[in-house]
Amino acid sequence: MLYPLLWMVASSFRPEALIFRDPSLIPTEVDTGHYADGWTALAHPFHVFLANSAIIVAGSLLGNLLTCSMAAYAFAKLEFRGRGILFGALLLTLMLPMHVVLVPQYVLFSNLDWVNTFLPLIVPKFLATDAFFVFLMVQFFRGLPKELDEAARLDGAGYWRTYFQVILPLSVPALATTAIFTFIWTWNDFFGQLIYLTKPALQTAPVALRNFVDATSGASWGSLFAMSIVTLIPVFIVFLVGQKYLVKGIATTGLK
Amino acid sequence: MSTLTPLPRSTGAGTAPAPPSRSLMKRLEERAAWQFLLPWFVGMLLITIGPMIASLYFSFTDYNLLRAPSWVGLDNFEQMLTDTRLHKSLGVTFAYVLIGVPALLVVALSLAMLLNRGIRGLAFYRSVFYLPSLLGGSVAVGVLWRQVFGTDGLVNQFLALFGIDGPGWISNPGTALSSLIMLHVWSFGSSMVIFLAGLRQIPEELYEAAALDGAGRWARFRNVTLPLLTPILFFNLILQIINSFQTFTQAFVVSGGTGGPADSTLFYSLYLYEQGFGRLNMGYASAMAWVLVLIIAVFTAINFYFSKRWVFYSDRD
Repeated sequence: MLYPLLWMVASSFRPEALIFRDPSLIPTEVDTGHYADGWTALAHPFHVFLANSAIIVAGSLLGNLLTCSMAAYAFAKLEFRGRGILFGALLLTLMLPMHVVLVPQYVLFSNLDWVNTFLPLIVPKFLATDAFFVFLMVQFFRGLPKELDEAARLDGAGYWRTYFQVILPLSVPALATTAIFTFIWTWNDFFGQLIYLTKPALQTAPVALRNFVDATSGASWGSLFAMSIVTLIPVFIVFLVGQKYLVKGIATTGLK
Repeated sequence: MSTLTPLPRSTGAGTAPAPPSRSLMKRLEERAAWQFLLPWFVGMLLITIGPMIASLYFSFTDYNLLRAPSWVGLDNFEQMLTDTRLHKSLGVTFAYVLIGVPALLVVALSLAMLLNRGIRGLAFYRSVFYLPSLLGGSVAVGVLWRQVFGTDGLVNQFLALFGIDGPGWISNPGTALSSLIMLHVWSFGSSMVIFLAGLRQIPEELYEAAALDGAGRWARFRNVTLPLLTPILFFNLILQIINSFQTFTQAFVVSGGTGGPADSTLFYSLYLYEQGFGRLNMGYASAMAWVLVLIIAVFTAINFYFSKRWVFYSDRD
């Protein structure tokens, strides 16, 4: 299962010629040259692309954690007219293929002059458009005992205080699952970043990596592999740190 | 964002000498609910519902972003009937879904069963199998796949050990799609974890009872595990079908953005991207998007219809 990945790691330290001859996992001689070459092979050094990815991930994290949990709190804990219909609408947007909204969203964002900014990739997250996470948190909040937030309300805490000081602190598992999946999906995202970020200085790590394939037309597999591994490392670290929540999260909601 | 300012504390109980009336409480709750919902509601209107309506309109127009859309009625849909590349892309996508999804589910279920037999180091194996499904959608793994299935790639290095001269898997129209299907199956981990969770829910007593009745291993699988697992299987099936129809990144990376060789990896999403963002045929791309929605909806509906015959819900018996 992990063999191809491990082989890629080994190959990134191998002299170019050996990549096509050596299927073993242990490099006979370690050569870090591919990393140095790959880092500077494109118009900008690779840390520019990594930083761009990091900015988009940070914005998405903040947006999703705040606004998805807000909507979920209303759906799970508060009564209001139209709750059933709106919740139905939420579930419908869960199943909607993104292609349907792709073109008009592009038209909207290009009319706002947001193409070649990070805004089209971050602002929607502050509008809780990732329905999956709203759903996940609704399920979690429903499981919190009603007495807790009722007690807080009786003590004179308003809804916002209850949300910030009672609900959120109790929901660390749901928030962690949301954070981990937001990180991994945003970091791996390609389509959105491909259409909205065309200026090289704004490109993200996956888009830069894709351009690298074209630029080298496969001539330098060593540095391609090296940069591929650089883009995989953050996901791998998040995976290691968040394993417990990941497994729980997919087991209960079927997220990928 | 003024919506984030907390309500003053006095809105609850406390300030008034008598407890606030029920209707006032209700009004306050309603008001609070809308404050919490506001970002989501704005997002749904502006980012989801509005664009959905717009794209339905665009699908009946000729639109290239530069000039205002002009109404062409059903032209886009008629053009789809004679567009041979569109038909090709449908064929590629259907093949991918119809082969890739069942293959992935079989592998995921088999390994989940294997891991569920109480082997030591379950957490470790689960992680090992799960990791590829997190990385499988990334450009980096697409890059890796290009090499692994390339003419001088890893697969052919192995075949050479046995004296077999393998083809250039991704440069050959006959085999390019299968290397992408293999990539899909390789990322079976998330389905496996869902199966594992389902297997844990099956009460041990049922197996004991079946064993007492003299049921062998296969009979227990056939008559206990499988029926009780059908809801999970169904759930995985729906999820995988919806996801697979939308495959884009890997086809884009592996084929170098073209869907080649000879359109053999021209996935529907890839062709939609080419029409919309390569040639700025935004009207045609919108029409294609709606056809995709219809296809996915029909597939899901068929699945739900047939689910009555094979999906078994123990709590409804």
